[in-house]
Amino acid sequence: MMIQLDNLSKVYRVGVERIAALDGVSLGIGQNEYVAVMGPSGSGKSTLMNILGCLDRPSEGQYHLDGKLVHRLGGHALARIRNERIGFVFQSFELLPRLSALHNVELPLLYSGLGWLARRRRARGALERVGLADRIKHRPNQLSGGEKQRVAIARALVVQPRLLLADEPTGNLDSRTSEEILALFDRLHAEGQTIVMVTHEEEVAAHATRIIRMRDGRVASDLAAAEDRARRASAEGPTDKAKEGRP
Amino acid sequence: MRLVALLLSLPRLLLRSALLALAQVWANKGRSILTTIGIVIGVAAVTTVIAALSGLRANVLRDFESIGAGKLFIFPHWPDQGTQRHASWRSIRFTPEQTEGLTEHCPSVECFTRQADRSGIAVEFDKQTTDAVIRGIEPEWHRIENRSVVLGRPFSLIDNEQAQPVCLVTESLRDRLRLDRQCMGQRVLVDGRYYLIVGVVEPPTDFGMFGGGPKEEEILIPFSTYWKTYGGRGWSYIIAVSKSPTVSDEARAEVSFFLRQRRHLKPGESDTFQIEVVQQYIDKFNQLSTMVTLVAGGIVGISLIVGGVGIMNIMLVSVSERTREIGLRKAVGAGAGAILMQFLVEAVVLCLIGGLIGLALGQAFTAALGKILGAKLEHAFIPGWAITLSLGFAAGVGVLFGMFPAVKAARLDPIEALRHE
Ligand SMILES: Nc1ncnc2c1ncn2[C@@H]1O[C@H](COP(=O)(O)OP(=O)(O)OP(=O)(O)O)[C@@H](O)[C@H]1O
Ligand SMILES: [Mg+2]
Repeated sequence: MMIQLDNLSKVYRVGVERIAALDGVSLGIGQNEYVAVMGPSGSGKSTLMNILGCLDRPSEGQYHLDGKLVHRLGGHALARIRNERIGFVFQSFELLPRLSALHNVELPLLYSGLGWLARRRRARGALERVGLADRIKHRPNQLSGGEKQRVAIARALVVQPRLLLADEPTGNLDSRTSEEILALFDRLHAEGQTIVMVTHEEEVAAHATRIIRMRDGRVASDLAAAEDRARRASAEGPTDKAKEGRP
Repeated sequence: MRLVALLLSLPRLLLRSALLALAQVWANKGRSILTTIGIVIGVAAVTTVIAALSGLRANVLRDFESIGAGKLFIFPHWPDQGTQRHASWRSIRFTPEQTEGLTEHCPSVECFTRQADRSGIAVEFDKQTTDAVIRGIEPEWHRIENRSVVLGRPFSLIDNEQAQPVCLVTESLRDRLRLDRQCMGQRVLVDGRYYLIVGVVEPPTDFGMFGGGPKEEEILIPFSTYWKTYGGRGWSYIIAVSKSPTVSDEARAEVSFFLRQRRHLKPGESDTFQIEVVQQYIDKFNQLSTMVTLVAGGIVGISLIVGGVGIMNIMLVSVSERTREIGLRKAVGAGAGAILMQFLVEAVVLCLIGGLIGLALGQAFTAALGKILGAKLEHAFIPGWAITLSLGFAAGVGVLFGMFPAVKAARLDPIEALRHE
């Protein structure tokens, strides 16, 4: 398994209250899986993604990435892992407004010790992969929402990450643009990329090969996409879906 | 091993951070310039003060130099206390015998000349008259005063030993008396006595700020002739030159010891002569200018520190404005060190830009100072060490005051930073 989580929990203290954002999550994700994480708001999806992305450490439990026990590593080592193995895509793109598309994509490589020429080549390559070869010099405010997200995806891909994490990547996009992004994800998956994506929409999750549903910091269900679809169609019907939507 | 790799990658990291910082400063041009004003003023002030001082110094030292840094002026002097306080001029003045053998007894003294002069002496030639100062000199005088004979010959040994009535004139005295250009062999009437002109001597060097008043004409005669004619009535003194300006103090002590012996002064008795060493004035001036530099430096240091607080403030603003950027950079793999470096370098770059603007301003002020007539600061310039020092200090202020904001940035939690509005 590429990712192995064992009894992972994350507890926040707010005043005297203890909030368990994650409460005993155990799961494994293999190479080239395409996982959609779903669940109501506050169920711990982002918390899980942050831990997977080595941005955060669990309060308890173990996280193995490529067989390596990650969560006990120091800040510097975690930064290296983020830099070399993980690509992050955010709901609100998080592009630096003053930098061109190319420079935005190049950003992670600045912290990799790669030479100037190699950085440029790889940043161009990543932009070509997401179909933006002709937008290299554009600044974020000269790009459409879909294009911004594709630049952000290029930035995530530029380090050739083992794991692509996307927290509601289509959350700020209309349905047509969302389809473009998802088509891109499908292609990346076909090319062998491992993807974990958080979403609130069943149509988006339908692109994944596996669907993890969370509730109150726990894994409520973890099924292959086809099986998940079958279960939902047969039993409860569409009632759940209305409740799960964001308020 | 890791440390070596880190050190090797440091220049590249610094360069990249500097470029990033320049871009950042450029993006906030107006704000950055305003922030650096404290540094600008500080650096401009310190460099101007130092430039003015060094200009003054160049002038003063050059003037001292023209007098001769290794010179000792030795003249009779009534002590402030003791039995000799009311002594007669006869017992105070130098007699030629007293200074006989001075160079042999004072190893730090290169050479010396006895000298005596009276001014307001009438000099006459063929109905042309003028007032002049008559000066008795010895052969070493030419070397000591750096004034050689340009026409004719200097006084010979015979002239000196037999106290011949011969004289040297300056070009201006020669022209004033309407003498021929080749005036050697002519006789001039000085104070009722005839003197044979044997040569023409160079005019005195300009003592710059120490010279003053209209110059009197000069006529030079052998010291022995002077002594025979006027005795010890005129003002007589000795000019000695030490072997080098660095042994001036030794020379002074030796001469003092020598003269006390010759004058039979008992221990505890005050000197009946005074020795002025040119080097001692140079040292005093140097001390003074160093002190002024230090005081100016201190004042400017304070203004730089005030400027530094401005830098810290703007860096804190910058960090809080760019919280999301910091979060993102960390999310894509920037370590705390890289973020720290980025902000620290930015603060240093800001300060250095301020320093450079300040230097340019200081340069302009310095040029303006040189244009002020009468200020004698035309040689004012900003010395290299002042440039290095003020830029170094500016960079230091950047490091000192940039550290807190940079640490703050480096410590940001990426998740919270990315959630920042
Ligand atoms: N820094 C924090 N301090 C305290 N509580 C927190 C913190 N971060 C998250 N939480 C809590 O942890 C729980 C899970 O949050 P999380 O962001 O993972 O939810 P989510 O599933 O991503 O929700 P959404 O769909 O709205 O994005 C929430 O109840 C939230 O209030
Ligand atoms: Mg979330």
